[in-house]
Amino acid sequence: MKYLMLIHQGTAPTPRTPEEWARLSEDEQKAVYADYQAINQTPGVTPGLQLDSPETATTVRVEDAKTLTTDGPFVAVKEALGGYFLLEADDLDAAIELAARVPAARMGGAVEVRPIVEW
Amino acid sequence: MVGTTSVEQTFRDEWGRVLAALIGFLGDFQLAEEAAQEAFAIAAERWPREGTPESPRAWLVTTARNRAIDRIRRDRTLAAKVRLLEVPETVEEEVDETMIPDERLELMFTCCHPALALDAQVALTLRTLGGLSTEEIARAFLVPTDTMAKRLVRAKGKIRAAGIPFRVPPDHLLPDRLAAVLAVVYLIFNEGYGGRGELAAEAIRLGRALAELMPDEPEVHGLLALMLVNDARRDARFAEGTVVLLSDQDRSLWDFDQIAEGRAALDRALALGGRYPSRYPYLVQAALAVLHVEEPQDWLQIAALYGELARLTESPVVRLNEAVAIAEAGDVERGLALADSLGPDLDRYHYLHATRGELLRRLGRAADARAAYERALELVHSEAERSLLQQRLGMLEG
Repeated sequence: MKYLMLIHQGTAPTPRTPEEWARLSEDEQKAVYADYQAINQTPGVTPGLQLDSPETATTVRVEDAKTLTTDGPFVAVKEALGGYFLLEADDLDAAIELAARVPAARMGGAVEVRPIVEW
Repeated sequence: MVGTTSVEQTFRDEWGRVLAALIGFLGDFQLAEEAAQEAFAIAAERWPREGTPESPRAWLVTTARNRAIDRIRRDRTLAAKVRLLEVPETVEEEVDETMIPDERLELMFTCCHPALALDAQVALTLRTLGGLSTEEIARAFLVPTDTMAKRLVRAKGKIRAAGIPFRVPPDHLLPDRLAAVLAVVYLIFNEGYGGRGELAAEAIRLGRALAELMPDEPEVHGLLALMLVNDARRDARFAEGTVVLLSDQDRSLWDFDQIAEGRAALDRALALGGRYPSRYPYLVQAALAVLHVEEPQDWLQIAALYGELARLTESPVVRLNEAVAIAEAGDVERGLALADSLGPDLDRYHYLHATRGELLRRLGRAADARAAYERALELVHSEAERSLLQQRLGMLEG
């Protein structure tokens, strides 16, 4: 099975939110880096590319053949996608276990596990 | 010649095991269910005429397997969907019953996987392991058949698409996952306890199967004991549409064989987990259920166990039960004080006010008791409960 692991930061602090990030102790910050690194090195994981903050997003719609753009992500900023990676695993249990190791999941965010359709 | 009742009984007993074996073999819920249905339909037509085969289960599994294999051969897209890499030959001979693995436990853990919504877990468990029809489940949960059918289809689709495994979870996941399975069984039981007896009976069947499949888990026996003992009083719990309180129940309506079976299950649970009862909430509840049917009741011990359970579950409802037990043990003032302290959590819970009414009445505070009963009447939904409250209120006037 292949899964796309969608990381939603929620209220989890990241280096992109310097004020909140600074509230974490040095050890906590190190743990976040170390955990993401360990995940990227887990067999079956293909790391995702880094996304800039949701505030920098532009949302595009087409109505009556006219392109409409709005500032910001499609969902609310707090619910926006923060990052992603690809996982190849035996089953959903393995994907859930890895998702639970993503720092955002324990710091106020969540990870959405989406199976990828294989033909 | 075999009568239809016996065929129906076999169906009921065998459905879960046959379906589990087929899912284990085919790796696809939908295909397995359709094949099982076909095999059972053929059996329903043939067995009454030709007699039940020596090994009904093996016959059903073999027939369903062959039907499924035929379908896969005809339908290549279906073949891609199921886990079979090479489609095996159909078997002419019936396989030996002992060669069919019992995969009901795998099925139970799959149906109760936390990635499925709770109502889907319940419906799927009743459909696959209990063999209830979609209509029966819909009726039991008071939803349109259509809604229930969609719920089941969606759940089966998710199991396949999301890769929910068909297995007993490994040790490090087992405690959480077993708790989820037990919660589903207990939820089915409680739906039945409110009056729909067939669901309670179904939950007990599932509990018995679990106890057979996981003989070393204290909570499995604890839950079975709890259900057996409570269900044994079912006939005595309602009279003429009114809920009858335990102390007023006609004991001749209790099923004492079933109480004895429950006691034995509790003994087994205690032997396995009795040293650390605080880890096992069902075990504690089963011990309480058994204490409740003993005569005379040991209210001090009942109060102590409710206290234990309240610490374990942090449930204000359990605290309320502790308050009742304290009052029954003789300290009505302290029971009432504990009940009063639950006001902020349970203000909308009619049992809180009904309990306060009863305790206030015992303390001779008739006006306060009346106010409490009236508040309970504002909140109560069930007619049987309402009529009990009105009775109690009437006793105050007298």
